[in-house]
Amino acid sequence: MGSPAVSFERVTLEYGTRRIWSDLSLDIPPGAFVAILGPNGSGKTSLLRAILGLVAPSSGRILVQGRSPHRGDPEIGYVPQHSNFDADLPFRGRDLVQLGVDGHRWGIGWPDPTRKARVDRAVASVDAEAYADAPIGRLSGGEQQRLRIAQALVGDPRILLCDEPLANLDLRYQQTITALIAAWRERTGGTVLFVTHDVNPVLGVVDQVLFVVNGRWAAGKPDEVLTSERMSALYGSHVDVVRVHGRIVVVGESTESGFNIEEPHHVPVPVEPH
Amino acid sequence: MDQLVALLGYEFVQNAIAAGTVIAIVSGVVSRFVVARNMSFAVHALAELGFTGAAGFILLRLSPVLGLLAGTAVTAVFIGALGVRARGRDVVVGVVMAFGLGLGVLFITLYKGYANQAFAILFGTITGVSRTDVLLLLVIGVVTLVSLAAIYRPLTFATVDPEVAEARGVPVGALAVAFLLIMAAAVAEAVQVVGVLLILTLLITPGAAAERLTPRPGLAIIYSVAIALLCILGGILLSLITNAPVSVFVTSLSFGCYLLARFVVGPRRRDLRATSGHAKSSAGAAVAQAR
Repeated sequence: MGSPAVSFERVTLEYGTRRIWSDLSLDIPPGAFVAILGPNGSGKTSLLRAILGLVAPSSGRILVQGRSPHRGDPEIGYVPQHSNFDADLPFRGRDLVQLGVDGHRWGIGWPDPTRKARVDRAVASVDAEAYADAPIGRLSGGEQQRLRIAQALVGDPRILLCDEPLANLDLRYQQTITALIAAWRERTGGTVLFVTHDVNPVLGVVDQVLFVVNGRWAAGKPDEVLTSERMSALYGSHVDVVRVHGRIVVVGESTESGFNIEEPHHVPVPVEPH
Repeated sequence: MDQLVALLGYEFVQNAIAAGTVIAIVSGVVSRFVVARNMSFAVHALAELGFTGAAGFILLRLSPVLGLLAGTAVTAVFIGALGVRARGRDVVVGVVMAFGLGLGVLFITLYKGYANQAFAILFGTITGVSRTDVLLLLVIGVVTLVSLAAIYRPLTFATVDPEVAEARGVPVGALAVAFLLIMAAAVAEAVQVVGVLLILTLLITPGAAAERLTPRPGLAIIYSVAIALLCILGGILLSLITNAPVSVFVTSLSFGCYLLARFVVGPRRRDLRATSGHAKSSAGAAVAQAR
């Protein structure tokens, strides 16, 4: 397996005076697909930001491919949380992808056939040719998300960080986006860290989950972590993990801190007929 | 027509056209970023405090153009230091602007000379620029455009997609301050044509009209420059013919361009709509809404 793609050694992360994570130790092997789960506000995004080198842990050590995280690491691709683009912004899907090639470089960046070819390949790899020339703000959430993934992958990273890439998408698009990311991992042997509040859409491709609640965490194979015992211990109150129709639902009462468990909320939406 | 040709022989007309061309190029380019970064209020504040700077320099018997530049640059630094984040930025701009404008009132009161210099700064004085002014405007313009070209890609990244830009190592905060300084120079230039009070007609309208015409970011800048050129040079010529102030025509032309781009030309352009066959409903709704 070689050295881990990302490793956490007794990492504690604080935001102001609030402790987000404590004492996290975990090795993520190269090629793994890790789902990072937990309620809102549990610091899932902060974990990605720490890997990106945007926040430093208050104690412990994070290593990305054996090195300290540093901003602008070209080995990392990043798909941020859903953001809205202004409908009139003169900016096309392909321009967004192009930022992933050379947006961080100085200068104007005059048109360049090599760069165009790279962008075209990335756009094609997510099947976005049909709308890559339309203004980005006029595209649907799912179309924007495909282009975001193309943007993250166009620089040929080894690690892909995705922050709630399935939020605001209908079931069909959730499956498409998951399949795209899984296919990239198959093809390149890259590592995926996938923040989500619902594990179900990715259950088929995930080989590790990291579940965080109130600074406590549990990690391992989905079947080991997503059990009533482990979840109850993590939440500090009685929690049931129920399997229905091949889906996992975590249900519980509020904890003593008044913290409600966020249930996977979607119900299967019938796929619209074309 | 003959009258117009004769007018073009005058040095003050040549100066106005040369200065106007430089200013149009700078305003057209910078206004695209002002619109994309949603910084209308900051432009307004820079202009008004440019007035304070100019009034102060007039009082000290120094060049009003340099005073403008000093006023806008100091304001840019203040706004940059106090609040770079979009949230709360307007508040900081308002706080700084109110104080600075108060100083401007004081300077004008203290000045015992002609009030028409202050009037010129408020409403523009392009037909009064000297050859030295033209050279000064050219230098400021070239420095502004070269700086903007140097940061063009990361500034675009930070404007459109700040989260990913930050992750890719783009210095988002430093670029925000750098752009404020570029805006400060562009405001000092544009004030020459339309004055402090009408500044938005050159630093917002061309960029806003251009984005209705194309989804391509580079082309939008070219359209924006073309619109600014049309407004300024058209304004100067119409003013020469009619003797009415330049700013009247510049503001009318730029408003006309905006209406035309938004309601006539823009809606007819196919490439401004989402062309996808997927998710017709939401993309279609966005287009319908924008119409």
